[in-house]
Amino acid sequence: MSVKVITVGEDILGANEEKAKANKSRLDSHGVLTINIMSSPGAGKTSLILSSIKSLKEKARMAVIEGDVASSVDADKINEMGIPVVQINTAGGCHLDANMVESALNGLPLKETDLLFIENVGNLICPNAFTLGEDKRVMISSMPEGDDKPYKYPAMFADSDVVLLNKIDLQPYLDFNVDSFMKSVTGLNPDVILFPVSCKNGEGMEAWLNWLESAVKGKKKK
Amino acid sequence: MHEFSITESMLSLALEKANEAKAGRITRINLVVGELSGIVSECVQFYFDAISKNTIAGGAELVFETKPTTVRCHKCNNVFTPGDHNWACPECHETGIDIISGRECYMESIEVE
Repeated sequence: MSVKVITVGEDILGANEEKAKANKSRLDSHGVLTINIMSSPGAGKTSLILSSIKSLKEKARMAVIEGDVASSVDADKINEMGIPVVQINTAGGCHLDANMVESALNGLPLKETDLLFIENVGNLICPNAFTLGEDKRVMISSMPEGDDKPYKYPAMFADSDVVLLNKIDLQPYLDFNVDSFMKSVTGLNPDVILFPVSCKNGEGMEAWLNWLESAVKGKKKK
Repeated sequence: MHEFSITESMLSLALEKANEAKAGRITRINLVVGELSGIVSECVQFYFDAISKNTIAGGAELVFETKPTTVRCHKCNNVFTPGDHNWACPECHETGIDIISGRECYMESIEVE
């Protein structure tokens, strides 16, 4: 039998992209600003969400999708604050995908939501390759991880709209070169918005919260 | 672990294209994968062999073309391959760059019978 070559030329993750677009239109129709939060494990994703909820509780109606390999520890903390939350357990999977998010959206009151945080699985390798339907990608890099992370995980830093440098309260104990970190992040991603913050003592959080609040307002106007 | 979901998507795309062409068997899948995509080809092959077994793609050969990371300097437009920890332009030492290749993750073609 003769061999025939079929030209494909399609992105392997095209099916995920399609699903992500559908999620985005669904969220857009309700005017929900959706933030995909990515970082390594322990960089402060849950702390950032909890502290943002605390500060914006009177100003925006929020909801959370929690992605974890296992457990509902993070979702429980959010639930205690009276915020609608859906836990996705990826059962070993290292990232969230648009399909998982589609199911999670069914469990949230989208009509009564202004701001949705999606906490991705802690991982710096692949979550950026799987679009979920988000408006903005927010990455957290924390000082104890070291200032060399941008060039070790370049795609992650290049694909983020916002990078938060967290745990700046620990700087006196670390050999972290802030200038070199900032220079490499902006080198990889000239349009990035950088916020040095400490979720623990609140330092720098005002700038992040102001950005977030204006992004919520901007989305509502559309 | 992300190789598993990538392999699943890749197999379903290949099967879809083969069905459209009414092919009886897929013998080869040609893939283009960038260095920055974080995809380990050995992992994809391992998962592929397991999940394609009972399909018309069972036994197909996966061929990976790896694209190196190349970047373009914002200041002088020099195109270069960055070093491990040094992404500054070797010509003008500027650090602002655009990634122009290395993120690829697509199926170029399939060969069918």
